[in-house]
Amino acid sequence: MSNQIERFQDPGLPKHVHRTSDTDIAAEKRAERQVAAMFLLSAFGTVLTIYSYIFLKSDTYVFLPVMGSTNIQQLFIGLGITLATLCIGLGLVQWAKRLMPDEEVIADRHEMRSEEVDRADLVETFHERADQAGLGRRSLIKRSLGLAVGLVGLSPIVLLRDLGPKPGKALRTTNWESGTRLVLDPAGTPIKPEDLEVGAVAQVLPELRAGTERTLENIGVDAVLLIRLRPEDFNLNAERLSWTYQGIIAFSKICSHMGCAVALYEQQTRHLLCPCHQSTFDVTRAAKVIFGPAARPLPQLALAINSEGYLVAKQPFTVPVGPSFWERDSSRG
Amino acid sequence: MKRMWTYRRSKIAAPILMVAALFTLSAAFGVASAIPNKQTVMGTATSPLVSQGKEVFLRGCSSCHGLNAEGGGIAPSLIGVGAAAVDFQVGTGRMPLADMSQQAMRKKPLYSPAETAVLAAYISSLAPGPAAVTNASLTFERDGNSAEGGQLFRTNCAMCHNFAGQGGALTGGKYAPSLMGVEPKYIYEAMVTGPQSMPKFTNATISAKEKLSVIKWIQDANHEQNQGGASLGRTGPVTEGLLVWTLGIGLLIGIAVWLTTKAK
Repeated sequence: MSNQIERFQDPGLPKHVHRTSDTDIAAEKRAERQVAAMFLLSAFGTVLTIYSYIFLKSDTYVFLPVMGSTNIQQLFIGLGITLATLCIGLGLVQWAKRLMPDEEVIADRHEMRSEEVDRADLVETFHERADQAGLGRRSLIKRSLGLAVGLVGLSPIVLLRDLGPKPGKALRTTNWESGTRLVLDPAGTPIKPEDLEVGAVAQVLPELRAGTERTLENIGVDAVLLIRLRPEDFNLNAERLSWTYQGIIAFSKICSHMGCAVALYEQQTRHLLCPCHQSTFDVTRAAKVIFGPAARPLPQLALAINSEGYLVAKQPFTVPVGPSFWERDSSRG
Repeated sequence: MKRMWTYRRSKIAAPILMVAALFTLSAAFGVASAIPNKQTVMGTATSPLVSQGKEVFLRGCSSCHGLNAEGGGIAPSLIGVGAAAVDFQVGTGRMPLADMSQQAMRKKPLYSPAETAVLAAYISSLAPGPAAVTNASLTFERDGNSAEGGQLFRTNCAMCHNFAGQGGALTGGKYAPSLMGVEPKYIYEAMVTGPQSMPKFTNATISAKEKLSVIKWIQDANHEQNQGGASLGRTGPVTEGLLVWTLGIGLLIGIAVWLTTKAK
């Protein structure tokens, strides 16, 4: 036994095995027919698509198992386009696999570098053309081009201005102010405590000052859920209890995690669930987070009634509503 | 014929005996628990409907809800829930409960409409509550406005029942049921009474006419044809994604395998 390592021999290509379609004429003919059938099926698909679009009624439905009630026209347009495109691909693959030559061929690599003569020729041509174009002489063009190219880089830098301005107070303010009436969403009517039974909820928005428009951006920060419980069900500290009114408690609907609308109120467990990431808040404990990724309770809105008996906000939200942001001081809730 | 004694060492003897013993035990327990305790039944029945209802109640409901519908450890008090709650819970088969699972589910009603009506009469005789309604009294086709109903639905209902009324999950195995194929009166009664996890939507917050609009929208959604083909449950991107990830990518893998196998 020698210690010398034997040089690994190049095994070369494996022996080529011919396909049946290479050796058997009948098989070759069959493969040819298969490929042609695919292409003809594709042509039929296109005809089917055009026929369905023109001649089938757009309001006819049939019941199909699994699919349910299905629009006939859409169904056949879809099937037609599927046949038309898929069968071209299937036919091409079958063609390549069965009929196109599949003998392995070795192609040797060549030097990538061009011949010296060709390289010299290119340089010479370049100089000649540059001279003709006056690249050395026309300084006005050269300088103005330099200016234009240099300035092009400026606009992206200026557009960076859109990263600002800083939000300022926009993330901390809502339309809830001291004495703002609660109005129903979407009816817009003010609400009295007796309108809510125990176990009832209402989706409310702040009543806007005359002349101001309700926008989706507004609703996105102002939306509040009003819930009525039995007052003895609350497990709140004295301050938070004073924010409720006869068992009616109000929370911002904007989740403190990612800003989804938290309004899945389970009347029996008194839990509020956020549909996006399953954060669960306990209404009886001032929306304390009992499950999920939310880091803070939902902000509670202090309630009172005005002289006419309508529910109003006692004060604005004491903390910014919605998800965290860079400048938010979250140490105070 | 061999005597039974000879089968005592058979493989199936032990399981059969076990089942027989369990039957005996549960029958004994059933008899024992059916004997009413000494709690007195309060109240005097006034109308025949109420007294019939009380009879049905004592027979079928009182073991959990108490002899005077005052509720117990596992069941809520029914005083003041009104006829609407009875009609909804019993009429949709949710009550009596099939089992103590996360929530009562819709099933074939156990009581006939007549029995449900007398039960409702009894419960509403205990304390005032929302009255039951009939499908005919809900003139949603005439008075409902589908566009308004859609807006109300998206604000008040869609978060639990899905934007197309298909239902959705809540916490701990509870769920908001699908609203497809639900009779208008049950939708109305559910809004008024707030069954199980559902909060109440009083007529002060969503007026009776607005409720008709919500019902009309739900019925329209129910009959809405699937213009674009298979609806995949109308639950949004989840089922669509699932289909693409399983069927779509499965198909692509199949094609990739076909592409790379050498033809014979």
